[in-house]
Amino acid sequence: MSQQGVLGRFRRPRAPRVPYDGWRELVTPEGVDLKLKVGAYAERFSALLIDFAILFGGLALFSLAALGVFWATRATWSAEFLGVVWLLGVFVGRNFYFLIFEVGPRAATPGKRAMGLRVAAADGGRLTADMVFARNAMREVEVFLPLTFFAARGEGVDGALVSLGALWSLVFVVFPLFNRDRRRMGDLVAGTMVVKAPKKVLQPDLADTERTAARGFAFTHAQLDAYGIKELHVLEDVIRAGDRKSMAEVAARIRAKIGWEGPSDVADRTFLNAYYAALRGRLESRLLFGHRRKDKFDRS
Amino acid sequence: MAELHLKSWRFRAEREADWRRLETLLAKAEAGGAAKLKREELLEMPLLYRQALSSLSVARSISLDQSLVAYLESLCTRAYFIVYGARTRLPERIARFFIHDWPAAVRALWRETLVSFVLSAAAALVAFVLVQRDADWFHSFVEPGLASGRDPTATTASLRETLYHQGTAGEGLSFFATFLFTHNAQIALFAFALGFLLCLPTAALLVLNGGMFGAFLALFVSRNLGFEAGGWLMIHGATELYAIVLAGAAGFSIGWAVCFPGERSRVDAAAEAGRRAATAMAGVVVMLFVAGLLEGFGRQLIQVDLARYAIAGTTLAAWLAYFYWPRRTAAP
Repeated sequence: MSQQGVLGRFRRPRAPRVPYDGWRELVTPEGVDLKLKVGAYAERFSALLIDFAILFGGLALFSLAALGVFWATRATWSAEFLGVVWLLGVFVGRNFYFLIFEVGPRAATPGKRAMGLRVAAADGGRLTADMVFARNAMREVEVFLPLTFFAARGEGVDGALVSLGALWSLVFVVFPLFNRDRRRMGDLVAGTMVVKAPKKVLQPDLADTERTAARGFAFTHAQLDAYGIKELHVLEDVIRAGDRKSMAEVAARIRAKIGWEGPSDVADRTFLNAYYAALRGRLESRLLFGHRRKDKFDRS
Repeated sequence: MAELHLKSWRFRAEREADWRRLETLLAKAEAGGAAKLKREELLEMPLLYRQALSSLSVARSISLDQSLVAYLESLCTRAYFIVYGARTRLPERIARFFIHDWPAAVRALWRETLVSFVLSAAAALVAFVLVQRDADWFHSFVEPGLASGRDPTATTASLRETLYHQGTAGEGLSFFATFLFTHNAQIALFAFALGFLLCLPTAALLVLNGGMFGAFLALFVSRNLGFEAGGWLMIHGATELYAIVLAGAAGFSIGWAVCFPGERSRVDAAAEAGRRAATAMAGVVVMLFVAGLLEGFGRQLIQVDLARYAIAGTTLAAWLAYFYWPRRTAAP
């Protein structure tokens, strides 16, 4: 890029920082931006907790089972065999639990799946096994190293060293707090990131005009121009949530705002549905002509 | 009555069946991998995916139903990851790893491997010379737990005993082998992970490891047991030390990429180095498994020094040939 020597590198103007809202663009080869949402800290932390609960719970059960078999048989061969199985089991569990789940087609551990997260390649390409291996091998310094330091005890100089080590290893723990895509160190080394990938259900269309039109609702253009797209979306949320009290409140607001003089004995839900359908029809037809009315203050 | 419907409503009604079809296919593929799909379903998937993508673009520009757009976004994202995700089956993947990926990754790390080897060897040499001058140095290099009685205060006879210790009739060997494997693999993974911190901790680990090796050797040489001790260490050490050197090299390559990213951004450089190093590391775990077997079984069962040396030489030659033997590059 800058070929003007060493100084050019320092002079390169920095792009102004846009406030980050947790969305990240992912343009498919077909040229459509899928708009991925980066996994939030709380979700990722809960996912980790769930995974650890499963992992350590599983390991504990496994150890108990091994002990149980040992007590039941008491043979020397079984002691050795069980020892081998136990050591290998713990090793595989600790190092490959995350790996095995993340190379699967869902690219998520049970914890991540429960929180609606998955691992994706940061450049939008395919997620390969070596990426997953790298991001999980780094867990060693990000989780187990700090745990060892915090579990360690020492006197005098040793104590000071242990606390210094704990501070130092804390850097890895808080690393995701200081970068744009909330990537931890393993993500950086592997070139991956954790994104939201919720499974959404297709909900019924609220704008079923055939039904509402039959009820005899008719709104004037002036009444429909009271609101914009933002309000339409809020209205959609309210209707879909289906909470009686908030629907009554919103219906009353809208009636007052648009000066509604039609029948007042209809249920709030029916009224809101009808208004939603009419408003969406109005805004969408204006959209087709190039007017995207952001919200009610937008007078374009 | 169709005139009364919104355009976006009709748009949805016409395409909904296809979206639902894609959804069922996705559920199937996500549950068991693409292998679960029939041939015609496999062919159908990319078509449905492109259709859903174009629906998404249209919906974004004509529909104000946010639940519809959100549904299509989630559907397209899921389909995108399946359609463009890796679809090689596990056996193929593993075969490819052993035939091509692993040796290629190791070869790409040759500079770091050399550095890591020189560091370990230098540390071993220093430790060797120091311990020969003054046996007390031994304690600075070797942890008492690992020495388990093999220190300068031990008698020559007991040291000789440790070299040919047979256990009681093969008992505990497999447990011992497994323990060594898991322990060493954990250390190697650690050396790799620490490489990210600008190489320094990895270098420290390598120096510690090399120092320990040198100190042990010096102790045995001082009792005229050098040749025997060499066989005892190298029968598995040829594999194990090589694996640790490679783990260090993998760590170095990441640290180096972070320090000196060159033309790329630091993050991209780290990611590229990290992926290559990870492949090498997966191989290192395999090597350590082999080393654990050799150490646990081979060393205890084979008591002749020359046989021990022969095995050491063979394994080392085999690894070197496997990694560095010139070969055609496989198609990507």
